[in-house]
Amino acid sequence: MSKVPADLKYTKSHEWIRSDADGILTVGITDHAQAALGDIVFLELPEAGRQVAAGDAVAVIESVKAASDIYAPVDGEIVDSNADAVDAPEQVNADAYGNWLFKLRPAEGAELDALLDAAGYEAEIAES
Amino acid sequence: MSKQTPLHRAHVDAGARMVDFAGWEMPVNYGSQIEEHHAVRRRAGMFDVSHMLALDLDGADARKFLRAVLANDVAKLTVAGKALYSCMLTPSGGVIDDLIVYHFADDRYRLVVNAGTADKDLGWLRERIDRDAAAVDLTPRRDLAMIAVQGPEARRLCWQALPGSEEASGTLPPFHAADCDGVLIARTGYTGEDGFELSVPADRAEDLWRSLLDAGVAPCGLGARDTLRLEAGMNLYGQDMDEDTSPLDAGLAWTIDFKDENRHFIGREPLEQAGARRRMLGLVLEDKGVLRTHMKVATEHGDGITTSGSFSPTLQKAIAFARLPLAVAPDERVTVDIRGRMAEARTVKLPFVRNGQCLI
Repeated sequence: MSKVPADLKYTKSHEWIRSDADGILTVGITDHAQAALGDIVFLELPEAGRQVAAGDAVAVIESVKAASDIYAPVDGEIVDSNADAVDAPEQVNADAYGNWLFKLRPAEGAELDALLDAAGYEAEIAES
Repeated sequence: MSKQTPLHRAHVDAGARMVDFAGWEMPVNYGSQIEEHHAVRRRAGMFDVSHMLALDLDGADARKFLRAVLANDVAKLTVAGKALYSCMLTPSGGVIDDLIVYHFADDRYRLVVNAGTADKDLGWLRERIDRDAAAVDLTPRRDLAMIAVQGPEARRLCWQALPGSEEASGTLPPFHAADCDGVLIARTGYTGEDGFELSVPADRAEDLWRSLLDAGVAPCGLGARDTLRLEAGMNLYGQDMDEDTSPLDAGLAWTIDFKDENRHFIGREPLEQAGARRRMLGLVLEDKGVLRTHMKVATEHGDGITTSGSFSPTLQKAIAFARLPLAVAPDERVTVDIRGRMAEARTVKLPFVRNGQCLI
């Protein structure tokens, strides 16, 4: 059974989102997603300063098996990406919640309420 | 509803991630497919290949029939147990399937064909037998399970796990098979490593699998099987060749035997007329990223396409097979379109890896 921490938010496309005190969102992929992808060998993460809209493909994650897009969970601006994860992408397999991919400052009025809570995401992956 | 092999329970017990493959529920990995890959290169791993179909051909016309229906020449097989890799071609020279044929006697052969093409192959062979009124009986052997044990330690661990097998196969040369108390031991594989492929009665398969596990052989899934065969420069049917591909354009010229000019095997004429129009080479990606199938390759001599690609755990780089203009040589710079990003790659001779050694 995949881990789904209760204190995070989620998307249907298997990103997790943590809201930090300063309002910045930290984004990664879920344990369910890393297990489905298998061994991750390459990450292409967005540059800081890029303006993104909810649902935009902003990053690419390549496992031995396949390439997958990572989507922006809400509208906003990329403020950071995780160079350590790029150097050691297998760490995302080892700990999907301990290895974030990028940080995003949500735009005014970004739809944070549309994100799933842990129970909602668990229901989502139970169906698939 | 997917079919299950006789080893299904063993896979589930080992925590395998199961996927549908050619209508069969098969293990894709049991954890990390990269670790499984390394286990085969460094020690020994095993694969359930029971989804592939063993087909026995018996009868007075078996040899003559196979000399017509296969592009490689079974006349080369004179020793009992000797095996040969061959394509089976359409009349227009496309590849129906690739297979291994074992010679037991001139009136007794076995083909091992791909799972995804098994029904098609069976239909084609039956049609040809009927058309030629050939004295050949065709028997699909779904009563057998098949386990491929591969790696530098594979043979030793097989001997440990299967009593009497060292006596039966200790001196077996590559591409030969021998029987050991109802288990056919073949020194063949699809990984570029030494090892055996074992054909075993289905009701004995799980015991053999568990004995191999106890001997220390790592269970490996289809994921590792794909990266191992890619490094070893071995084609995958449906991806690197199919009925619309000439084997001469898919790196399989070495398997087409034109020597006997009186052997009019199916597909011979169109191959001789057309000759090779493309060349298959390996690609090693110099930039970051992973190569996949169907990526466009730009060369100085025109465009080509990747047919298989992945990340090579041994080389720690992305690699691919590419079908390229004939003028492209090994060690040329090419550009690959990775989803809109133009990435630098280098052409190389295949294989990339053999017996644990990087060859590029």
